[in-house]
Amino acid sequence: MSTIVRDYTIPANDFTIAGEASSSVRKILSQLGVSPDVVKRTSIAMYEAEINAVIHGNGGMAHVEIDKNKIYIRISDEGPGIADLNLAMQEGYSTAPDSIREMGFGAGMGLSNIKKNADVLDIETEINKGTIVNITVFFKRE
Amino acid sequence: MTVKELAQMLGYKIINKSDSINKKVTGVYACDLLSHAMAKVNEGDVWITVHTNLNVIAVASLTNCACVMIPENIDIEDQTVERANEKGVALLSCSKSSALICYEILSALKDMR
Ligand SMILES: Nc1ncnc2c1ncn2[C@@H]1O[C@H](COP(=O)(O)OP(=O)(O)OP(=O)(O)O)[C@@H](O)[C@H]1O
Ligand SMILES: [Mg+2]
Repeated sequence: MSTIVRDYTIPANDFTIAGEASSSVRKILSQLGVSPDVVKRTSIAMYEAEINAVIHGNGGMAHVEIDKNKIYIRISDEGPGIADLNLAMQEGYSTAPDSIREMGFGAGMGLSNIKKNADVLDIETEINKGTIVNITVFFKRE
Repeated sequence: MTVKELAQMLGYKIINKSDSINKKVTGVYACDLLSHAMAKVNEGDVWITVHTNLNVIAVASLTNCACVMIPENIDIEDQTVERANEKGVALLSCSKSSALICYEILSALKDMR
């Protein structure tokens, strides 16, 4: 199988489109016959990163590469960056404003959901430059 | 017991048409924090939430829950019903509180055993 590459734009603060990139990737993986558990883990991790870019990062981009053994997802934004990544990773920590909390976000669980569901998670972030979330999920666990 | 059978038995309103009403119900989970629900809702759960925005449909489809239940006759946004149709997510509603719905569904599931 050759590598499948997809790129998506993630618009800022638009909840009619938020989640569509992950939804599209979920469909591709299902069609490829990837196991339901892997599809679920991948799409949850990607959704959380996508929503974070929408809410916290002023929107951004998703880049996806799927090969025989794994899926690699890069969600990047040029938002404010994360000042203290260790703190942000803690369950319950959230800076989501009230308007966002009213929709049900802001539990401070997104990053930990990504960590739990990804096989490899690497977050690069710089204040006032932006954030890049790199997620890899293997189709078969070693 | 399927979503449809559960709805008929307990008098819940089925909001939209989807194949998911034939999904099997195996549990119930109530939570209004979306990322928390994302982590905890199991496949086959009736997920109860007071939110009716589009993000609810994303969480429902990613977790493969049996259906979404909106309690206390809360109005459901039109675009959410449309999105539910697109994604094949079953939406239910009723006048009861989340707590009472949990009790009813757990009792019904227990009686099945
Ligand atoms: N892309 C990003 N850019 C800037 N800050 C971010 C980004 N992603 C996460 N953060 C920061 O990390 C915090 C924790 O993120 P996390 O996803 O765990 O929780 P949340 O988005 O606030 O709420 P939830 O995901 O539970 O709805 C956020 O509140 C925000 O301060
Ligand atoms: Mg988040």
